[in-house]
Amino acid sequence: MLPDSAATTTAATAKGEVQPGQVLLSVQGLKKHFPIMKGVFRRQVGSVRAVDGVSFDIYRGETLGLVGESGSGKSTVGRVMLQLTPATEGTVTFDGHELTSLPASEVRELRPRMQMVFQDPHASLNPRMTVASIIGEPLKEHLSLSRSDRDLRIEELLSVVGLDPTHANRYPHEFSGGQRQRIGVARAIALNPDFIVCDEPIAALDVSIQAQVVNLLLKLQKDLDLTYLFISHDLSMVRHIADRVAVMYLGNIVELASVDDLFESPKHPYTQALRSAVPVPDPVVEASRVRVILEGDMPSPANPPSGCPFNTRCPIAEPRCSEEEPEWREITGGHWVACHFAE
Amino acid sequence: MSWWGQPTIDDEESLRYPPAHVQSRRPSGIRLSQNKPALEVTDLKTVFDTQDGVVHAVNGVSFTLNEGEFLGVVGESGSGKSVTMMSLLKLIPMPPGRIDSGTVFFGGQDLLTLELDELRKVRGGQIGFIFQDPMTSLNPVLTVGRQITESLELHTDQTRREADAAAEDLLKLVGIPDAGQRLKSYPHELSGGMRQRVMIAIALACSPKVIIADEPTTALDVTIQAQIIEIVKELRERTGTAVIWITHDLGVVAGLADRVLVMYGGQIVEEARVRDLYARPAHPYTQGLLKSLPRLDQKGAELQSIEGQPLSLYAPPTSCSFAPRCKFAFDRCSEEAPVLEEIAPDHKVACWWNTETEEPRHAS
Repeated sequence: MLPDSAATTTAATAKGEVQPGQVLLSVQGLKKHFPIMKGVFRRQVGSVRAVDGVSFDIYRGETLGLVGESGSGKSTVGRVMLQLTPATEGTVTFDGHELTSLPASEVRELRPRMQMVFQDPHASLNPRMTVASIIGEPLKEHLSLSRSDRDLRIEELLSVVGLDPTHANRYPHEFSGGQRQRIGVARAIALNPDFIVCDEPIAALDVSIQAQVVNLLLKLQKDLDLTYLFISHDLSMVRHIADRVAVMYLGNIVELASVDDLFESPKHPYTQALRSAVPVPDPVVEASRVRVILEGDMPSPANPPSGCPFNTRCPIAEPRCSEEEPEWREITGGHWVACHFAE
Repeated sequence: MSWWGQPTIDDEESLRYPPAHVQSRRPSGIRLSQNKPALEVTDLKTVFDTQDGVVHAVNGVSFTLNEGEFLGVVGESGSGKSVTMMSLLKLIPMPPGRIDSGTVFFGGQDLLTLELDELRKVRGGQIGFIFQDPMTSLNPVLTVGRQITESLELHTDQTRREADAAAEDLLKLVGIPDAGQRLKSYPHELSGGMRQRVMIAIALACSPKVIIADEPTTALDVTIQAQIIEIVKELRERTGTAVIWITHDLGVVAGLADRVLVMYGGQIVEEARVRDLYARPAHPYTQGLLKSLPRLDQKGAELQSIEGQPLSLYAPPTSCSFAPRCKFAFDRCSEEAPVLEEIAPDHKVACWWNTETEEPRHAS
């Protein structure tokens, strides 16, 4: 393990242009294929290419937004990065440690430094455990605190996320969706992590509650120096919360840029279509918008098209697009895109 | 004229939807000129008897839907927006549901007093429904063609053969490629967007006067949502059907609706033309919702969240149901429930506080 290798930037991302600083996490050529088994002998007949070769860096202290539609592989990227499921190919380097080649016991030692907040606050909290034991579990697993110290820490965590510490002995069902998501956040920050994967943390919440949770995440980031990977399909919220944004389509990242660059001058036709499809809560703006409407649906990741993954729906596709895979290239400082025609 | 009373479209190209990948949007003019009510709802109250007590889901809702109008209904989960619209056609499970009071006038008759077989003629015939999740609302063991023709055979006197042809036209109309082939498909063979198109085709089948769409795009991805919205807009201009569009997404209604109802705690708290609502929201809840939304077209300031949680609906409201979360609440709000009153032409609000003048709306 070379601790200083954390500072090396990789070819895939620009150094210093957008977010000067140290690379905390580096993903190189990451692939995750799930086998499709069939028949009596469960022979593998194909594979779902959920993630098909993505590379990016995450800098310390930033929020990288990862957007895409359902089935684009964005959640799988988050899960593979934390080694919740093994990668098929490629490497994930966290602060100098190459997670993909470490034995499980050593990954476990790094676990306190990288955590996850899940989408569904109903399914991700054990209904038979009290809030205190849910938040206390990581403390018990990774630290050797005395019982009273642990209880103090739990109380502290509850008040940090805006819950009443006297409610520690209640069960998840006694809380509303927004409060449950706060419990999930408290569990994630319990061990003072450096990095948190937020996998659609607000998708299951009501509009008026979403802002509460997002404001909490932003406040914690400032107070605790957290680095986020914020996975979401809500582009408006990503625009609000992220420093840089990566757009995924069919297992590939098609564009990566700073948040303003990406939303103000998107280069990839998919990003352009995605941006124009998001409704804006303003009737005056809506009335004058020009909309790019994509035809059809996203192809199946079990049978992706040849060449550019987007060529089947792309409004500017040419024969070349179905033959040649576009190069992942930097067109301006820190603005990366995979399209033959982007400039 | 075709079987659904609309000009027949011979040109294949005009059926193909969208015609080109770039669609310029015509400004959504406010079409309230005719102002002929298609549906008039007065003092609707729906309750559910549960083990834990009576849930007051809809507490005295009154509104009018004009002919050809696009009415957006906005609210969060538990605001009563879906139960209100389901109650209009008694589509709520009864028991435990109960419609305590109210009238729903449609075509000169009160739907709530109709016998079930009379009501069935209205459901799916004169009033069409589009539900949120097309996977659970389509029958998995019938082909989509059969599900469209079923509605046609029930509500019109078409033969099977005529209905089959009509079903194919409908699928073309909602932009499904290979419509003839798709008639034989089962719902699980279609993608989410395609299934929702089938739902729209079923709703349109009997050329209804009103379509009620309950969160029709919530389960879909944004690019597919954009496709569905364009289809609905185009079809509405072509058929002149009035639409009630239930959603929690203030962005979607901004571009679609003529008028918007905002619901909270089983009541309408604000009702306005779409531009007035977004430009001059009068209810603190509406204001809070708009401020808590991030916008894609601008780098916003900090999001202002509405603190607290929605109220439980176990007791009928005796005070303003938003008062516990309202930063303007004063003593009257906890004593008396506000009623919907007109503060400007076509703009009604149920609030004791005037946020513009920063004083109570009425001297008490």
